[in-house]
Amino acid sequence: MSTLVKNIIRFILLILVQFFVLDKVHLNYMVTPYIYILFILWMPFKFSRTLQMILAFLLGFVLDSFHHNPGFHAAACVLVAYVRPFLINILVPHEGAESNYEEPSLKSLGGFMPYLVYAGVLTLLHNSWLFMLEALQFGGVWEFIVKTMFSTLISIVLIIITELLFSRKQQFRTNTV
Amino acid sequence: MGNIFLFIRRYFNLIVFLLLQWLSIYLIVHYNRYHNAVASGYMNEITGRVNQQYAKVDDFLALKKKNQELQHQNERLLNIMKQNFEVPDTSTKIVTDSIPYDTLGIHRKWIYQAAKVVSNSVSAQNNYVVLGRGSAQQLKKDEGVIDANNGVVGIVTDVSENYAVVMSLLHKDSKINALLKNDPLGGGTIVWDGKEPNYLSMINVRKSIKVAKGDTVFTSGITTTFPYGLMIGTVDKVEPDKSTNNYNIKIKSTANFYNLQYVYVIDNYQREEINKLIEKAKSKINN
Repeated sequence: MSTLVKNIIRFILLILVQFFVLDKVHLNYMVTPYIYILFILWMPFKFSRTLQMILAFLLGFVLDSFHHNPGFHAAACVLVAYVRPFLINILVPHEGAESNYEEPSLKSLGGFMPYLVYAGVLTLLHNSWLFMLEALQFGGVWEFIVKTMFSTLISIVLIIITELLFSRKQQFRTNTV
Repeated sequence: MGNIFLFIRRYFNLIVFLLLQWLSIYLIVHYNRYHNAVASGYMNEITGRVNQQYAKVDDFLALKKKNQELQHQNERLLNIMKQNFEVPDTSTKIVTDSIPYDTLGIHRKWIYQAAKVVSNSVSAQNNYVVLGRGSAQQLKKDEGVIDANNGVVGIVTDVSENYAVVMSLLHKDSKINALLKNDPLGGGTIVWDGKEPNYLSMINVRKSIKVAKGDTVFTSGITTTFPYGLMIGTVDKVEPDKSTNNYNIKIKSTANFYNLQYVYVIDNYQREEINKLIEKAKSKINN
């Protein structure tokens, strides 16, 4: 499957799962898991940074349109897409690993721990930015902290489970291509 | 000049990032439901279609419960029908006036239109309900929405051809005039504090008013949106506000926002006339 088709299918599926399944989950009426950012986490290395941010904005904007509240998810997604390349630079085990693999996964980031850090930091960033923008309208520092902590924990668990369930075959490519 | 281009090239990603963030926050701040409804109409139509497919499945799963609810409502309506009441005294005879009911409908003020909920949220800070009925089916902006048990749900803010968006009571801009049943002087405003779905707050109630737990709160009818006497909720907790002369009242809403499926939209036939009159009065003051 070409990269384009794969990403389009991912985009649609993740939006549908997020809005129709996960957004209906209200644990203790405030905690919501977020896994649609997997689209950003799984974007190929070779996409330019500008393209990544624009795609992330689109992803957030579509989800916002379902919620009839434009801007919130879009802002959080753009932040995630902006930070992602820096994080990959720190985490990737050795020079040139980005060109050996197509997209970030357990294998290409070199093990479970780096992947956990990668997913964890980006999820935390997404949730805290999203909930902060929401909290600015209502206030409530304590709720913001509790919401961010628990939502992030549940989201990370779901992201890792998804990663293990739908393992993507990442073949090793040499630089000589 | 060359330096500027160099700067832009060097920090291009950062500039794109800041631009997109600014755009998002601009959307958040300036997206007022009451003012730019047109731009969002197109997006409503698309998301509404997807939501409708989902609602079909959801409806099927909840059929049994909805049947019961409809049965209860029918029971209530049958019980208030005129032929159920009989006056034993022959001196008071019910005489039917020759025109008891205006058959032309010119005196009708409120009309109820049924609508189906295609999407609904409770977990966000600003919640909207989407209805599968739009301007093509005679739905208009600013109409009130109630659920099957006559509990207030919200106000229509945005209408596209086949769908309508309702600002539910669980929204930061939602403000509804309300009265307390036990004290005829007890008026206030219903708002939501963004914390717990199904629990609202009533503000601007003076401390001289008698309020107790369990009191009924209903619409005041002084706006053009809701008729008098539609139930909003019951008083759950009363706390005096230390800094002002008012109470803080917590209210449990009658409408259950977790499982809305069929609602009624209330149209006011005299709204335009009233609004025109207000406009006229305003322009007179301004001149």
